[in-house]
Amino acid sequence: MIGRLLLRLFFVVALPVVLVAVWWAASDGSTDPFWPPLRTILDTFPDVWTADQLRTDVVPSLLRLLGGYATAAVAGVALGTVIGSYRRVRAVCEPVLEFLRAVPPPVLVPVITLFAGIGDTMKIVVIASGCVWPILLNTVEGVRAVDSVMLETARSYGVTGIARLRHLVLRSASPQIFAGLRQALSIGIILMVISEMFTADNGIGFTVVQFQRSFAIPDMWTGILVLGLLGFLLSVVFQLVERRVLGWYHGLRATTRRS
Amino acid sequence: MLDVRGLQKVYEGSGRRVEAVRDLTFTVDAGELVCLVGPSGCGKTTLLKCMGGLLAPTSGEVLLEGRKVSGPPPGMAFVFQEYGRSLFPWMRVGENVELPLKQKDLSKARRRELVRDALESVGLADAVGAYPWQLSGGMQQRVAIARALAYEPRVLLMDEPFAAVDAQTRADLEDLVRGLWRKRGITILFVTHDIDEAVYLGERVIVLSASPTVVREQLKVDLPAERDQLHTRVDPRFAELRTHVYEQIQAAKRGPEPRGPKSSVQ
Amino acid sequence: MRGGNVALGATGLAAFLALGEAVPRLGLVKEAYFPPTSRIAVALANEVSDSAFWSALGDTLTGWALGLAIAVCAGVVAGVVVSVVPYLREATASTIEFLRPIPSVALIPLAVLLYGTELKSVLLLVVYASFWQVLIQTLYGVQDVDPVAEETARSYGLGTWARVRHVLWPTALPYVMTGVRLAAAVALILAITAELVIGAPGLGRQIAVAQTSQAVPEMYALIVVAGLLGLLINVGARTVERRALAWHQSVRGEVAV
Repeated sequence: MIGRLLLRLFFVVALPVVLVAVWWAASDGSTDPFWPPLRTILDTFPDVWTADQLRTDVVPSLLRLLGGYATAAVAGVALGTVIGSYRRVRAVCEPVLEFLRAVPPPVLVPVITLFAGIGDTMKIVVIASGCVWPILLNTVEGVRAVDSVMLETARSYGVTGIARLRHLVLRSASPQIFAGLRQALSIGIILMVISEMFTADNGIGFTVVQFQRSFAIPDMWTGILVLGLLGFLLSVVFQLVERRVLGWYHGLRATTRRS
Repeated sequence: MLDVRGLQKVYEGSGRRVEAVRDLTFTVDAGELVCLVGPSGCGKTTLLKCMGGLLAPTSGEVLLEGRKVSGPPPGMAFVFQEYGRSLFPWMRVGENVELPLKQKDLSKARRRELVRDALESVGLADAVGAYPWQLSGGMQQRVAIARALAYEPRVLLMDEPFAAVDAQTRADLEDLVRGLWRKRGITILFVTHDIDEAVYLGERVIVLSASPTVVREQLKVDLPAERDQLHTRVDPRFAELRTHVYEQIQAAKRGPEPRGPKSSVQ
Repeated sequence: MRGGNVALGATGLAAFLALGEAVPRLGLVKEAYFPPTSRIAVALANEVSDSAFWSALGDTLTGWALGLAIAVCAGVVAGVVVSVVPYLREATASTIEFLRPIPSVALIPLAVLLYGTELKSVLLLVVYASFWQVLIQTLYGVQDVDPVAEETARSYGLGTWARVRHVLWPTALPYVMTGVRLAAAVALILAITAELVIGAPGLGRQIAVAQTSQAVPEMYALIVVAGLLGLLINVGARTVERRALAWHQSVRGEVAV
């Protein structure tokens, strides 16, 4: 038992340790200005990412991401539910939605800058309008695919209106909705970073580009690490939420797979 | 209790016109257990959905306690054949049974009581916290029955509820339904394609023709009220009845009877 | 039924275009920010007759196609190797889980330093982003290999290479195709991003130039082109996926990653 636990732990840490060691050894004594020794990067890290820096850069970025993402989630699920529920509405909207989804979200940055300037509103709108499509289209698919027997069951037991939406339609569509939310999360992070790179006076994207422009290379590397960590942590949080909300779905799938 | 008068259902779509049910008239009295049996594909499910208010008939009408059924009536509960698709996999057993009750104006304590009572009477009191997909097929169908019972219906419509479970479980579930019917005095309309099941369960068997469906025969099952799998099924009277129904079904498969529905008590 | 849907869809599209014409004309938004459909169409016509537009489109497509090709090859090879070599799957799991969610835009400053506005900058971002899509789907696909088929192949004395070719690859192919479809969309996003932010030649840079020079209708025209390109890639990838899977007895559902 303990042996197996140790073995698993070994598998988890072994390769990362090796990779970091290789990076450390290969970059140690490096004089190439673009590839500073890992030691220098790690030494710089605490100097750059102080609590103050976190407050002025990381927190605003995260708040913009949260604002845009939450807006997109609410709008995407609401619109997706309406479109998915009516066959005709779906047929009318489909080509337009296919086109809007296909527009690469980063091109929204210059457009929305026209309307909303370069402030926080612009960034939130950019994130929201990029994230909304995968959520919306996946919700449409999920709502459309609600099982007919379940719908009849709900009807025959008088489960209608809001209760039907809450207990049946949205729950049944939730695996697809979450697939959309996951795609939207990576799009949201991209948009958060590049909207700040484009025009901003704070935020992680802005700071990292500042470091690069002023050739503060080790500082820039720490910024890349922070962005990487942020992406990783957000993905972990997402997985925790997903596992909680979709626990039933994973269980159901495991059961049908076995039989 | 339940009156079906001149019911007709025609499906129309993409230029084709399919008459599933032609002309059905029959009555189910209060507290009766009636089995509907017919050859496969004879529009049994269509009929049941019309009765449950899930489908609008093309002509004719269904009356529940004298009132016309135009949507799912509150005094009626439905048990579907596809138990796996009728229970919500994201809800635990208890929540599945409770959900319809939340639409009624009931106190939380009363709901709890109904859920516990219903699950106890199908022998699944322990499974409240399990997810449906963690249970076997037979147990899932018990949960669906419990959900119907907790709804406190006056009429229970069952659409081939045991078609997808194995024979052993099926026998248990048949006894469960008969037991519940005797204990609770609900009116039950039970649709099946299994002749033995129809004769074993029913107080009366309505034999349907092939599609387009009419009533071919109504048959009183004069077996004792106390039935069990072992003795009832070897009762000579049981054999006679099932042979009779079997012949009717075979005849129905060969072609429609020109004389229309007849009623007989053998 | 199907004809009806097409008609409804055309109606929707027409309504969308009409709305785009009417909203700025009625003064609901400033024309300077949102030109009417007709002016965008004129700008689009001008762009199409300009050779600079075509070379920009060519640049974008080159970055996209090359990046996607590298990512697909690397992703498939890495996925198969990781699955076939004993213990490699377990050993790499944590590393993959850590590296995958790192946003590839984090590499933008590095790409600028190393390659400036060269094609390599675009490739770095495109390959990093699309590689994971292919790798993850390949891993899922290989995991799906029927153990009985694998045992059978083993008992008939098939070597590693033969097993990969005849058992593992056919099973994993549907998943790989899904990975390619997802990667194709991601690759376009990153190609345009690199052009827009770094200034590598391509549609993205044209859009940025149009914006800074206040050529608003031209900017919208280019965005429409980017959207059409995305649409073409999506539809094309789906068609290829369906073709490639036509022989497969069961078209599997998409794995949520």
